[in-house]
Amino acid sequence: MSTAEVPLISAAGLTKFYGVRVGCLDVDLEAYAGEVLAVVGESGSGKSTLLSLLSTQLRPTRGSVHFRMRDALVRDLFQLEEAQRRLLSRTDWGFVHQDARLGLRMNVSAGGNVGERLMAVGWRNYASIRREARLWLARVEIDGDRIDDLPTTFSGGMRQRLQIAKNMVSAPRLIFMDEPTGGLDVSVQARLIDLMRGLVADHGLAVIIVTHDLAVARLLSHRIIVMRYGRVIETGLTDQVLDDPREPYTQLLVASDLRG
Amino acid sequence: MSTPPVYNFAYLDEQTKRTIRRAILKAIAIPGYQVPFPSREMPMPFGWGTGGVQVTASILGPNDVLKVIDQGADDTTNAVSIRHFFARTAAIATTTRTSEATIIQTRHRIPETPLKDGQILVYQVPIPEPLRFLEPRETETRQMHALADYGLMHVKLYEDIARHGHIATTYAYPVMVDQRYLMDPSPTPKFDNPKMHMSPALQLFGAGREQRIYALPPYTRVLSLDFEDHPFERTRFTAPCALCGATDAYLDEVVTDDRGGRMFVCSDTDYCERRRPARQAGDGGERGHEHR
Repeated sequence: MSTAEVPLISAAGLTKFYGVRVGCLDVDLEAYAGEVLAVVGESGSGKSTLLSLLSTQLRPTRGSVHFRMRDALVRDLFQLEEAQRRLLSRTDWGFVHQDARLGLRMNVSAGGNVGERLMAVGWRNYASIRREARLWLARVEIDGDRIDDLPTTFSGGMRQRLQIAKNMVSAPRLIFMDEPTGGLDVSVQARLIDLMRGLVADHGLAVIIVTHDLAVARLLSHRIIVMRYGRVIETGLTDQVLDDPREPYTQLLVASDLRG
Repeated sequence: MSTPPVYNFAYLDEQTKRTIRRAILKAIAIPGYQVPFPSREMPMPFGWGTGGVQVTASILGPNDVLKVIDQGADDTTNAVSIRHFFARTAAIATTTRTSEATIIQTRHRIPETPLKDGQILVYQVPIPEPLRFLEPRETETRQMHALADYGLMHVKLYEDIARHGHIATTYAYPVMVDQRYLMDPSPTPKFDNPKMHMSPALQLFGAGREQRIYALPPYTRVLSLDFEDHPFERTRFTAPCALCGATDAYLDEVVTDDRGGRMFVCSDTDYCERRRPARQAGDGGERGHEHR
């Protein structure tokens, strides 16, 4: 079996209780390299909990998450040491937040934000860090002149693109996104989606994207998972699920979408 | 008339001193690691060197000779009061000579006279956590120390270069201790950083308000952080000391009148005085060096 057929990340029986309340319940999923997996559902359906569990920011009540490391070994993420998990999360993974302030250091320049991951893994040459930062700013269409500006001076769309540059600089294989297009106007959204599609295609990334925006899911993802009350109620190819939903709840969701 | 108060030797009670010594031993065993300790109320406000005073009190013996400096000077209020404090509560000998002292308590300087085997340098530390202003959560900074996750410190230096063209941090310049722990050298000028490296003296750091003690055992590797293409540089002065002519010392700027007159003199008063035995102290000031 070639590595391409082994999922990059897979979850089995993933469950999280907040006290007696359910965060998510018995979720199984897998994502492969080069694939965008969308997780949709209304607010409170457990999408964000699921993302936090997969990215090990939360510990599950039960269940496991396995990840295929660069050496092709598949490891249980919650059995790894904290130091290894940290290394993963700033080299092999990226995390793009809806609120850029969570993903960026707002009092550090754009170049410093992009360079942070490089310095964390031992880059100690100022000129090369800067060269790499410029390269990635250009790739996400941020003018090189803005390299020393603070993200506070950036527009919403630029901040999201800066977040993406900050994550991509370490050549990650998996990116988690939590509503990355939330709160942006439609033309900015469209450009961001375009950028993300390009990166996925060029770098063979796997992306797990949480969104309540079905249009974003349709444009970006290959497969889709529909969640409700913490459970996965429907899963399949994106166009198939959105064009021909099987579950009544999914039908409602699709029918409620204004741009359907 | 009441009798003058009787203090336990060096003010602190024996139990407290033992506790602090245990923290010191642990700190020496893990160079650069911040050890928590139960900081006591001292008869001085926090910020005036309560951490250093507690460390000194705990290691002081009847035969020790104590020197106290504040910004390099033996004759400033803080230095004089602390010296008197221990002369009164421990009846020990005090000195202003670096070479004669067995224990030197310092605020913000390392003496210019090289330290020797057997000497102990005690630093007063306001903020022991080098990552404090980059990451305000103590839980998170401890985690970062545990995992030697120090990329963030370089982000700070990167920002310096991006904004100023060079690393603009000139005091409290972060150091890496024995290739393991990131350490704040207390607000000493970066000029003093190289003196910490492989020093024959034991260096103890006490932060009273923050309740932390850390240490550098003798002959510990202490390297200032930098970039390959922006290496650490010691502060350089363009002119010698106006009083003693030293070219290898850290200089203070002293304003001499209200017409913009100023001179640059050694911040280490002991070093400066030893270097000008022939002249009367203060004599050379009139030569009025003006530079920069």
